[in-house]
Amino acid sequence: MTVQPLLDVKNLTVSLPAAGGRQHGIVRDISFNILPGEAYGLVGESGSGKSVTSLAVIGLLKKPLRTSAGQIVFKGTDLRTLSSRAMRRLRGDRVAMIFQEPMTALNPLATVGRQIAEMFVLHQGKTWKEAHELAVGALASVRVPAPEQRVHAYPHQMSGGMRQRVMIAIALACNPDLLIADEPTTALDVTVQAEVLKLIQELCTARGTAVLLISHDLGVIANMCQRVGVMYAGKIVEERDTYELFSDPWHDYTKGLLGALPRLGSRQRHGRSRLVDIDSIIDDRSRLTERLCFEPRKLRAGAEVRP
Amino acid sequence: MSEPLLDIDQLHVHFTLGGGLLGGRRRTLRAVNGVSLELHQGQCLSIVGESGCGKSTTALSVMGLQPPTSGDIRFRGKTLIGAGAPDRTDRALIAQMVFQDPYASLNPRQTVYSSLAGPLRLHGKRSRSEIDERVAMMLGHVGLLPEHAKRYPHEFSGGQRQRIGIARALILDPQIVVLDEPVSALDVSIRAQIINLLLDLQEKLSLSYIMISHDLGVVEHMSDRVAVMYYGQIVEIGDWRSIFSTPTHPYTRKLISTIPDPDAILREGIAETLPEVHPPAGMRFYPEDVSMPDVYAEPPPSELVQIGADHQVRCRPAG
Amino acid sequence: MHLRFNLLLGGILSAVVVLGGIFASWLTPLDPIMSADLMNAEMPPGREFWFGTDAQGRDIYTRVLYGAQVSLAVGVISQLINSFIGTALGVSAGYWGGWWDDLVNGLTNVMLAIPSLIFALAVMAVLGPGLSSLLIALGLTNWSWTCRIARSSTLSLKSQGYVQAAKTMGYGDIRIMFGQLLPNMIGPILVMATLGIGSAVLSEAALSFLGLGIHPPTPSWGNMLTDARELIVIAPWAAIFPGLAIFLTVLGFNLLGDGLRDALDPHMRTRRV
Repeated sequence: MTVQPLLDVKNLTVSLPAAGGRQHGIVRDISFNILPGEAYGLVGESGSGKSVTSLAVIGLLKKPLRTSAGQIVFKGTDLRTLSSRAMRRLRGDRVAMIFQEPMTALNPLATVGRQIAEMFVLHQGKTWKEAHELAVGALASVRVPAPEQRVHAYPHQMSGGMRQRVMIAIALACNPDLLIADEPTTALDVTVQAEVLKLIQELCTARGTAVLLISHDLGVIANMCQRVGVMYAGKIVEERDTYELFSDPWHDYTKGLLGALPRLGSRQRHGRSRLVDIDSIIDDRSRLTERLCFEPRKLRAGAEVRP
Repeated sequence: MSEPLLDIDQLHVHFTLGGGLLGGRRRTLRAVNGVSLELHQGQCLSIVGESGCGKSTTALSVMGLQPPTSGDIRFRGKTLIGAGAPDRTDRALIAQMVFQDPYASLNPRQTVYSSLAGPLRLHGKRSRSEIDERVAMMLGHVGLLPEHAKRYPHEFSGGQRQRIGIARALILDPQIVVLDEPVSALDVSIRAQIINLLLDLQEKLSLSYIMISHDLGVVEHMSDRVAVMYYGQIVEIGDWRSIFSTPTHPYTRKLISTIPDPDAILREGIAETLPEVHPPAGMRFYPEDVSMPDVYAEPPPSELVQIGADHQVRCRPAG
Repeated sequence: MHLRFNLLLGGILSAVVVLGGIFASWLTPLDPIMSADLMNAEMPPGREFWFGTDAQGRDIYTRVLYGAQVSLAVGVISQLINSFIGTALGVSAGYWGGWWDDLVNGLTNVMLAIPSLIFALAVMAVLGPGLSSLLIALGLTNWSWTCRIARSSTLSLKSQGYVQAAKTMGYGDIRIMFGQLLPNMIGPILVMATLGIGSAVLSEAALSFLGLGIHPPTPSWGNMLTDARELIVIAPWAAIFPGLAIFLTVLGFNLLGDGLRDALDPHMRTRRV
């Protein structure tokens, strides 16, 4: 028996209108799916289209960017056909999102308790009083110490790590089916990052929430996700099981990306060598990006990307 | 061992907060709290730690951009602090800096040429051809073309800007180059190119680096010696191999084991293979609890204890 | 497109006013003062007197042209003084900080608390009316916003890498202020300056209107309006044309400021890499 995917993105294209009525493909004809409870990672460098993909899924693309083709099937419904009202109801309830910068994503003028409680009022029709109680519980679930007091705190009174925990509490308040995390720990210190990642992982595993994790950090992706899509110039160039991807990358771009990373411990084991320069593997990279079309060059057989 | 190129001796940088008319209670933030470091010719010394640990403040003090509260910084035995310190112009020939943010580190109103030629003129180069030659050579060193000199910073990508930043830092032939998170704002592939460039330049021009970083992978790859800082103090220091093969202080171990390491998934991550360590006899690590420091209190006395040929860890007497 | 429009219209308006003032004696055969002829008093605009005549029968077209000399001299020179004071105080206060910053800040706040026209009135009362006292009065009273802008720009710019780099390169403080800081804040300061020229023209008009500016019979747009006050019903053109001149001058300089700010932004001069 095959499991129905929770999110099935089919041939998604996001484009930017350019001069002369032409369209620049920012995301070009990509397809991937996420199973219920699965953690799926999209990894890539800036400009690869990974963040735009996540915004397209949740329907928050900013003009003039727009989804120009494809389907985003979530629990059997194509989100592209939903009205903006229905989409609003879905966001925060069934699909939630956390952003990179917890300071700007939180309202500085409202207590964190109110911002969490709002989710219960908005999506579950609770009264403010009930919602406030639930907010204390939500804050406790993300392991913020002394939640009864902290619900009254304002975002600026908390550290970056604590604010990101609050964001997680807001996102997971209504037990969504899918959590989209766009570079959730990039602004945080290493040790705080580890705690926040572990928290996301544990909470989502316990609740069966699927995760779409967007990151530039191969380490974060490796530690969090079961499957990974590597994005480059608006395309998914390789999609694999995480273990396979890291142990035996197929696509030259993936190989380049892994070789470009100074891996902890590799100097001790293998001595110091120069890191891989992707430009020497994929020639004419800049021209490729400019033309925004990517033909996998020295691609091994079998590594073709779906579909 | 030969005389160090740079000798930081018991550096303290304290900031007074509050006070004033309405400021409430005066408190002293101990950003750098008794840091001693030596940099030798041709080495790369890295200072690692998380935000607020004082690594950047230490670097700024070396650059003369942050006056220390107490302590001394000596270059080839001559002090850089207080009376007898060289003036700004002479100091420029001692140390230069590569900044973290390639977008904020170049003057948007200056062409690459004037960013690079200005310092040469300031330091007495008058002949146009000599300046042009030096600028072109420097651009060549960092992998750019002579015609790039005519352009403005916004015409370059982040990686290219960082190359320009490196060229600017090297244009006066400084004795020391301070790298402040030189690659953390860059994409993975660009990061690799800049790291390679920095290593090539170090070899070619026998440069001495002080690198400030939070990225342990980069630090291991580039450094000869590593100092781990935690809230104003060095908690562990040694040659790169000792630090990464037998990290000893609880904070170093925490850093190494929490770094998201893609090799962890291959069951060969460094965190799984850390050897077990114990504090030296009669000692315990200081600080032992690395979760909630009080940055305002004066820390209890502690010392860096030798545990290897070039490997020290901060401890205090047990009991 | 938008950029060109601002710069073009602002430039044309400002140029017309400036050239009109400079070449006044070529553009009109009449004398602004001596041409008084009561036989022609309060003539409406027509073939002989393009803008009509005033109560003394002087040609308003001629007086508007010569008035431009006074208004522009006052506007430009007093604003130059303002920009210089404001920028020097603001940049030095932001860069050096400490007691100097406190002092400059205090002074700026005092200046902002006193309406500048009232301050100028007080200065004029002490110095007496006349062109030079008008320049001093307006040049010393309108620098506080420029100072604020220069100071806050300096505060945000001085932590930028390139300013730090200049310090470590051995550049002196004054060189850093001129070479690194000023070019990067010239946009807002220029905009403030052009706005200031507009407001100085208005202030000149107001002070002259109150009889504290330029001595009649020397024409300035302000004292022309004063004279026209009594004629507003029977000869409205006597008020309309100097008023229009003020309006178009202020508009022209404001558009010019906007256009210049955009044009000076290096991002607008992009070459493809």
